[in-house]
Amino acid sequence: MQNITANELAKIHWFAVPDGFLLLDINSGSVLRIDEDTANCLERLQAGEQPLADDAEILAELAELKQQGLLFSDDAYQDKYEPPAPVLKSLCLNVCHDCDLRCRYCFASTGSFGGKRARMSFEVGAAALDYLLEHSGKRRFLEVDFFGGEPLLNINVVKQLVAYGREREKEYGKTLRFTFTTNCVGLTPEISAWAEAENVSVVLSHDGRPEVHDRQRVFANDKGSYQLVTEHIKQFLAQNSRGNAIVRGTYTAFNKDFCEDIKHWLDLGFPRLSMEPAVELDGERCLHESDLPQLKEEYWKLAKLFEQRRVDGQPFEFFHFKLDLKHGPCLPKRLTGCGAGYEYLVVTPEGELYPCHQFVGREGFKMGDLADGITEHGQKLSEQFRQAHVYNKKSCRVCWARFFCSGGCHANAELFHHDIMQPYELGCQISQMRLECAIWLAVKEVEQCS
Amino acid sequence: MKHIQVVISGKLQQTAKTGGCGSCQSSCQSACKTSCTVGNQACEK
Ligand code: SF4
Ligand code: SF4
Repeated sequence: MQNITANELAKIHWFAVPDGFLLLDINSGSVLRIDEDTANCLERLQAGEQPLADDAEILAELAELKQQGLLFSDDAYQDKYEPPAPVLKSLCLNVCHDCDLRCRYCFASTGSFGGKRARMSFEVGAAALDYLLEHSGKRRFLEVDFFGGEPLLNINVVKQLVAYGREREKEYGKTLRFTFTTNCVGLTPEISAWAEAENVSVVLSHDGRPEVHDRQRVFANDKGSYQLVTEHIKQFLAQNSRGNAIVRGTYTAFNKDFCEDIKHWLDLGFPRLSMEPAVELDGERCLHESDLPQLKEEYWKLAKLFEQRRVDGQPFEFFHFKLDLKHGPCLPKRLTGCGAGYEYLVVTPEGELYPCHQFVGREGFKMGDLADGITEHGQKLSEQFRQAHVYNKKSCRVCWARFFCSGGCHANAELFHHDIMQPYELGCQISQMRLECAIWLAVKEVEQCS
Repeated sequence: MKHIQVVISGKLQQTAKTGGCGSCQSSCQSACKTSCTVGNQACEK
């Protein structure tokens, strides 16, 4: 009887889904449905046991699929991976280190990033756009995200910069794609109309049910912002015919039942959604390892809701479930991840450069500034980030999710381990559970189409 | 086959040669941003 080696077992990942079992061939991205007998057989082999006599048929099927190149595929790079040259393709402009909310979980110390409250001038912003256009090599599509603090507190500069960018991009034959991320307090109909006219994508922050939202997203006087923000988002979405806006929320230990918040959004008529776990070192909002079983249940609840609504003809989008298994991104893209520090940089109101928005103000992570460019220290940092890819990270090398997750968030790794090479484990486990849901949903879609 | 059914036949390894143009969106994974899992990004080609 044929057998499967430990090496081969490491090239696949199988898991239970609501209607059976799925198997992912990690290196090729093939997905197969397997029956319970196959799952049990694989479990036995994984545990180092010998296959049963009854397993012969299963092993023969696995061998045949291997022959067809659908199973146990080899890694295309196998230690020969060299990340792309450091060419900038995206910039985050922290146009305002200040905020009109005091969200309790804010990583940016409610907008100030631990420093002084400041706004970016048009001159600094324009120099940043020039820097991006100059340092982006042959890249045609470039992204600029207006971030903060709260970018709408500096909306006049944001508007001027979009106009400036639209002029400059022509000279370079490039396309700038603008986004802003807002708490929606200052989102007036006029700004909404401007964003629509200028094709600026928008990320709208909202946390779901009124009591959940108001517990975290408060004004300086401690009053919740739910009512105002909800009205503003409704007003915004009513004008947003392009469909380039997403409502995103953060869940904490207080709303591990976040599926209810997503249902609340659906009741409000919000169609494109994302919900993320807050990342904190400690405190009452902090998620712990012991929460994982409940979170897993919650993601599956959400996946089933997603599927049900799709079948009923009332679909919605959920960012982490948007997985195209047939035409997803190429392998090189999956290995570069966010590109922080070498493809993506953030500019502070003063024109300083950092690897990404989360590193702003973190000791030792300043890379330089717009006036003098990247310092020698910045170049070293850039190289460290560039080399922080899945093949160089011990836990990612053996992780089944590596080509979807691409190595996790460096900022979280640094926060928890003071080492960008060591991913934040809880984040990994959440990514993995979300991915299993997403793969199941992608399979359901394919099955429905055929 | 009795036990196994192929749903999606992937060819990810081949894209190591064909891909890498870098035109696609960058993808932050942190809670505070647009936060996309890389696997869900669209290819620009
Ligand atoms: S889930 Fe964690 S271990 Fe797996 S690839 Fe992502 S960061 Fe690496
Ligand atoms: S390091 Fe983390 S927060 Fe920064 S861009 Fe990358 S994924 Fe986003």
